[in-house]
Amino acid sequence: MNMQTAPRASHPAGKPEVGQPHTRNESACHDLSIRVRDLNLWYGESQALKGLDIDIFQKNVTALIGPSGCGKSTFLRCLNRMNDLIPGVRIRGLVEMDGRDVNAAKMDEVALRRRVGMVFQKPNPFPKSIYENVAYAPRMHDMVSRKPEQDDLVEKALRDAGLWEEVKDKLQQPGTSLSGGQQQRLCIARAIAVQPDVILMDEPTSALDPISTATIEDLMDKLKSQFTIITVTHNMQQAARVADYTAFFHLGEIIEYNDTKTMFSNPATRKAEDYITGRYG
Amino acid sequence: MPNHPLLLFLVAVLVLGILAFLVARAKALRVRASGTAMYAQPDQYAWFAALSTAGPALLVSGVGGFLLLLLGAEIPLPWLLAGSLVVAAAGATLGLRLVTPDFHARQAIERVIRFILAGAALISIFTTFGILLSIISEALRFFRMHGFWEFITGTVWAPGNSFLAAAGRADDAASAARFGSVPLFAGTFMITAIAMLVAIPVGLMAAIYMSEFAPRRVRTLAKPVLEVLAGIPTVVYGFFAAITVAPLVVSVAGSLGLNASFNNALAPGIVMGIMIIPFISSLSDDVINAVPDSMRQGSLALGMTRGETIRHVVVPAAMPGIISASLLAVSRALGETMIVVMAAGMRPNLTANPLEEMTTVTVRIVAALTGDLEFESAETLSAFALGLVLFAVTLSLNLVSVIMIRRFREKYRVNNL
Amino acid sequence: MSQSFDEISAQLRKRHRQSARLKWMSLGALLLALAFLVVFFADMLGKGLPAFQQAQVQVEVDYSEQASQLPLAAVDEEVRDLVSRGWLRTLPMQMRDNPELLGTTRTEWVLADGQVDQYLKGHASRLRDDAKARVDRLVEEGRAELKFNTTFFSRGDSKMPELAGIMSAAMGTVMTMLVTLAVAFPIGVMTAVYLEEFAPDNRFTQMIEININNLAAIPSILFGLLGLAIFIQFFGMPRSSPLVGGMTLALMTLPIIIISTRTALRSVPDSIRHAAFGVGCSRWQVVRDHVLPLAMPGIMTGSIIGLAQAMGETAPLIIVGMVAFIPDVSATFTNAATVLPAQIFTWSGEPDRAFVEKTAGGILVLLSVLIFLNATAVVLRKKFERRW
Repeated sequence: MNMQTAPRASHPAGKPEVGQPHTRNESACHDLSIRVRDLNLWYGESQALKGLDIDIFQKNVTALIGPSGCGKSTFLRCLNRMNDLIPGVRIRGLVEMDGRDVNAAKMDEVALRRRVGMVFQKPNPFPKSIYENVAYAPRMHDMVSRKPEQDDLVEKALRDAGLWEEVKDKLQQPGTSLSGGQQQRLCIARAIAVQPDVILMDEPTSALDPISTATIEDLMDKLKSQFTIITVTHNMQQAARVADYTAFFHLGEIIEYNDTKTMFSNPATRKAEDYITGRYG
Repeated sequence: MPNHPLLLFLVAVLVLGILAFLVARAKALRVRASGTAMYAQPDQYAWFAALSTAGPALLVSGVGGFLLLLLGAEIPLPWLLAGSLVVAAAGATLGLRLVTPDFHARQAIERVIRFILAGAALISIFTTFGILLSIISEALRFFRMHGFWEFITGTVWAPGNSFLAAAGRADDAASAARFGSVPLFAGTFMITAIAMLVAIPVGLMAAIYMSEFAPRRVRTLAKPVLEVLAGIPTVVYGFFAAITVAPLVVSVAGSLGLNASFNNALAPGIVMGIMIIPFISSLSDDVINAVPDSMRQGSLALGMTRGETIRHVVVPAAMPGIISASLLAVSRALGETMIVVMAAGMRPNLTANPLEEMTTVTVRIVAALTGDLEFESAETLSAFALGLVLFAVTLSLNLVSVIMIRRFREKYRVNNL
Repeated sequence: MSQSFDEISAQLRKRHRQSARLKWMSLGALLLALAFLVVFFADMLGKGLPAFQQAQVQVEVDYSEQASQLPLAAVDEEVRDLVSRGWLRTLPMQMRDNPELLGTTRTEWVLADGQVDQYLKGHASRLRDDAKARVDRLVEEGRAELKFNTTFFSRGDSKMPELAGIMSAAMGTVMTMLVTLAVAFPIGVMTAVYLEEFAPDNRFTQMIEININNLAAIPSILFGLLGLAIFIQFFGMPRSSPLVGGMTLALMTLPIIIISTRTALRSVPDSIRHAAFGVGCSRWQVVRDHVLPLAMPGIMTGSIIGLAQAMGETAPLIIVGMVAFIPDVSATFTNAATVLPAQIFTWSGEPDRAFVEKTAGGILVLLSVLIFLNATAVVLRKKFERRW
């Protein structure tokens, strides 16, 4: 690999120091959300992530791109410890959020997942009504105590997910009765209803048609005022459209991490350039 | 017994078939040797000849024999068999005549085989209709003697001396026999309910452990071991219920100051429940495993605990399958015979106390059909009436269960259920 | 602003406890079910193992002329009531078959009375106290002891527990299973082949399929009603015979064989069929030469499991009368016979306590056979299992 870029990969190359306003997007706030240092992950004997360093900034969209099998989804799942569910996974290294090591034994992964929500590649609404899909988690988390409060929260989440107008008359119908794009927005509504700090999106549009994809992309742009969004995508145009920062993964390493504009106009590494220009992928 | 001519006939058909086979093969080989291109292999012509010899002959004799038995048609057996042999000879002639270069022997054989296989498939249909017809016709005879309404709503089951009435000595029958099936069904449902109270919680929870918590090794081991419970013959469970569990129930009830009969409903109910555990656990385990992992991940990613995910997402998603398994289990419990015959009572008893003796539908069916059979007596026929109701109830339970599992399968596109 | 990890963790404590409770409760349920199994087998072993032993006493047998008329006279009065009366009754026949015995006196180990047997095994016994004392003395002298019970495995049913054995029932089971297999196997496999390889997917086929699934779930006792009404009443086949019993069980086993055969056929990948079609095989040739041989282990496994299930079945056989009292061991298709589970059922109804142990002994034999069959099926599946 390109040894020169590796130590610098944790910071967007040539960007202002942490905590300073971003020149390109004034509204964005640049507090650190997640700090990752020397993160390694093995599936059994094979190493899938190799010494990752990266800083994720609050209330921005960070896109992870790279050829398939490069570890970007695996990395994403490290951030809310979904990899715990896979037997034989070993993780070494630091993932720090809110001053705490996410992988520490003391860390309650359930509490972590409440603050780090996730939207999956394929929409996976629960076999419940649209209303229940959204209300389920807040109710379990004791975020609402009375029915009207719950109604309000469901409506707000569905509105934020841009789904309210389409479903307000059929809240009691099963979530699975919606179209694919609607289902995915329902899953986003479900995730934002618990008011997490971070939302992880694992190729959220790869199973959707172009129109639904555009809707979700708009949604991500809106949601970043409230949430830190990290999205994995195969689609480089999408990364260019929605992301503030972009990290390029290759064979379990972060080859380049930069603000999106630089990444796509003037990549610092040859590999990233080749990938972005479509020489492999 | 027409054993002898029948055997002779079968041997004759066999010999004719073999002859046809050999002759046809020789002919086909000769034709081929003469350089003519043939559509099929000589062996295929030979097989076709053999089939055309034996097939129609066996068919004719079979249908003839059936008519003989069923309609009492006056066809002397030797004539029938002789006729069949004539058919066989005709078939052989045809088969041999058809050994020509442009005859598609292979397709012909294929058609015959397809026909035979379809015939075999029909046997399962015949079985269902056989059960239905035999039960309905005898049950109708019963309902002609004792009204359907009395049977369905009556609360007294006292077959009493109905066999005397059948023997033409109705006057000797001190009291009129009464066939009110309500106490039998009450007993059946009571024991089934007890069985379900044991089987559904234990089976479902065991399935949840196996599919959600257990390490893979435990699961692959525990499941077949549990299924041993389902493989134990019911007569063995009956013995266990009568000899071990019933006295235990009596002594436990006694120590609580309760009076329990040795033929109480609790013992067969509990043992039946144990027997049914693997039905519920295995099917539920399959169904829970078929719930897509994305459901679990979706819930866990919202900050739910494992237990909440199972209770609020996985189990509701698997519910159609679990209900389907439970319905099958109920159907099985309703029709279970040996456990109740050996451990439950004989006396019809309309009570809600599971410690009392009570009897079930299947017990009365067995009681009516064992010993010296008098096929004209109302008690014997009552077994078929009870069987008819049992058939109707279990059939509908099975159908609902099949529909539910199909719905589940379509929802998650699983094929192995 | 969202809550800190510590705040959330504090709220979660109760929910984690609930989650753990579900885990332990479900583990408890599994262990409970397994405990049932253990208790059951322990109970059967405890009750049944004594049946494999039988008390014998060493007595002087006087093969006199008088004994051939009055067998009781053959043994000394002191032990007369301790010797099996059923065995004594066989003496005249023995003497007729072996004339050289006549006039001799031999010291032999002979079957003890059932009550002596129960007494020696420490069970309740109806022996009078003086008889018990005599038995105790014989034991001290080494003239009475428990030996391996060959009678149990070599004889038919008897009203006397010390003479009752499972052999006639075992023979009946073998004959019945032969009929079952001969009927169910070909029809089942043919049906499955038709449905899987030949049948068009139309309403008729679907009807057959639904019907087969239903047959698998119909209470077994209803098959007994069918056997009684159709085979016995209508076709006039002999009641209580292995022929009728076997055919009734065959109809019950049919769905199991069909379903497992279909699964086996389905697991043969289509590429095999396509390859065979490609070289010009007809559909039947493809099935006969390629699909069936590959599916055979699966078919055998399913058939063995179906057979094991039929072997344990009792209810339909009771209805067709196969609970006859069969003292003689004979291999028959058309005469009255009984089968192992039916023998267990009959014995369980005997009032004599000694039959409890016979019943449990019979159960152990039956369970051993079933476990052996199922283990064979599992081994077969493991050995020939193929991943495509």
